[in-house]
Amino acid sequence: MSEAIYAPPLTPLRPAPVAFAIRLIREKPLGAIGGAVFLVFLLCGIFADFLAPYGVNETNMQHRLESPSWDFPLGTDHLGRDVLSRILIGAQLSMIVAFLAAGIATVVSLAIGVVSGYFGGKTDMVVQRGVDAWMTFPDLVLLIVIISVVGPGVVQIVVVLGLLYGIAGSRIVRGAVISIKENMYTHAAQSIGARTWHILIRHIVPNVMPVVIVLFTTRIGAVILTEAGLSFLGLGVPPPAPTWGSMLSGTGRTYMYLGSWLALAPGLCLTIVVYAINVYGDALRDLLDPRMRGSQ
Amino acid sequence: MQAYIARRLLALVPTLLFVSLIVFVSMRLIPGDVIDLMLAQNDIATGQDRARIEAALGLDQPVYIQYFEWLGNVVRGDFGRSLWNNVPVSEQLLASMPITFELGFLALIVALTVALPIGVYSAVRQDTAGDYIARSFSLVMLAVPGFWLGTLVMVFPSVWWRWAPELEYTPFLEDPIRNVKHLIVPAILLGLSMSAVTMRMTRTMMLEVLRQDYIRTARAKGVGEVLLIVRHALRNGLIPVVTLIGLQAPLLIGGAVIFEQIFVVPGMGLLLLEAVFQRDYPVVSGVFLVAGATILLINLLVDLSYGWLDPKVRHQ
Repeated sequence: MSEAIYAPPLTPLRPAPVAFAIRLIREKPLGAIGGAVFLVFLLCGIFADFLAPYGVNETNMQHRLESPSWDFPLGTDHLGRDVLSRILIGAQLSMIVAFLAAGIATVVSLAIGVVSGYFGGKTDMVVQRGVDAWMTFPDLVLLIVIISVVGPGVVQIVVVLGLLYGIAGSRIVRGAVISIKENMYTHAAQSIGARTWHILIRHIVPNVMPVVIVLFTTRIGAVILTEAGLSFLGLGVPPPAPTWGSMLSGTGRTYMYLGSWLALAPGLCLTIVVYAINVYGDALRDLLDPRMRGSQ
Repeated sequence: MQAYIARRLLALVPTLLFVSLIVFVSMRLIPGDVIDLMLAQNDIATGQDRARIEAALGLDQPVYIQYFEWLGNVVRGDFGRSLWNNVPVSEQLLASMPITFELGFLALIVALTVALPIGVYSAVRQDTAGDYIARSFSLVMLAVPGFWLGTLVMVFPSVWWRWAPELEYTPFLEDPIRNVKHLIVPAILLGLSMSAVTMRMTRTMMLEVLRQDYIRTARAKGVGEVLLIVRHALRNGLIPVVTLIGLQAPLLIGGAVIFEQIFVVPGMGLLLLEAVFQRDYPVVSGVFLVAGATILLINLLVDLSYGWLDPKVRHQ
């Protein structure tokens, strides 16, 4: 009986990531380019220590404020430090913060969203009022205040950014969970007496994964921008770490009038990276989760 | 309408309580050694002992009493005094709030003048070259960090043309022209960075409206294209955009922090930053609370205008 229903697949099956990449390139070429550009920056970050031609904080007083040349492709700053090397190590810092914070944010969103959405009722009411209140504060103001209390540092930045975007993103997960829990398979699991945690882990979580993956991707861009903003204000990863945001602020700022190339590279890198990951995230959303199409 | 307003106001109460809790709890997280730092750093604080600072921050009592006492004071408009210059925090807030609001208002005007026409154009001419250019522009604007734009505007005009933006604040009542001359550059930049989201939203809404039956009916009975868009489509498409302005309020105040710092605008953002670096926590918590409450208020006004614009909402 079962043999009669079985139909062999018509095309040879490719491993899922390869098939997905092909679909991405075919249907969303701009998104694929965005993903590739982001990957380049990611690799630059991973191999920054090998790629950087000079030491990050290696000062060279004979070559202060030199405009871009073969020796210093992006010029040097007021202490004679190679801007390219600093940009590369900056990419590393950005990527570390982005992936860790976006990871924490995703886990927090998933936990809050699943609990609030699945249990509903009073739990949902209380949790959602808390989320409302949290989302009331402007991101940057909330971050500035919390960082001022817990102090600057990579760990603090990652945890606080993760919490900030995690709580805000829980809304999206909650919405997805509410629609999933009305599906027949959830009711079926409930009626055969499956335990709640079993339903959550085996039925709810796997089905919100597309939403969660998209959420993670879009959070990376947001985290990179916000971290740069904090560094710019002097509240990010403390100096002498060369973050892209801090390269545009502080003492370096006064020297930009003498060496305007100093004002270009960090901002341009930020814009390109965030643009790339946003475009990729949009494409991913369209492919993975048609319901979210056209939303923010 | 009155019942609707009452309902909205009532819904605000739990959120406001949570907001006050967040502000209170974050101030409770200040580690003990920070109080020592405050003692070492602040002029006013040096003459005082640790116990008096703790009393000023209300740290010498059980937590729940601290909370209710603090809440009671705040409701009466008493945010304590600055540890830096002993000026009441409420006075500093009252001085800086109108400046941030003016900056935000100017930025909003810039954002809407840029976003609405381009968003509508983009929707009406969907999938044309113009639409693609407009959409790419908004995607790029979403990625450009505001502080970089600000830096570019500070550096390049002065290197190329010896022109620099005004950096000295003049009160509006003293000299309105100089006041606007100072605020207009940060307002344009803030407005541009806000316009990206508004443009995308306007486009999506207009596309949705343009597909409706009544638009087809209007077209069928021969209404001209301009009239069709202005009178039939825009009016309905704009309602969600008004809501969006409420959603953008946090962006506006958050962005104001960056631009106030770059262009030395003495608003709430600069007050907050200076207070943070001076570890002046009464001021920090004051700005924090007011920022949250302001956004709740803006959202309330947006909700109310929503009920006024769209009679269906009132009766839900």
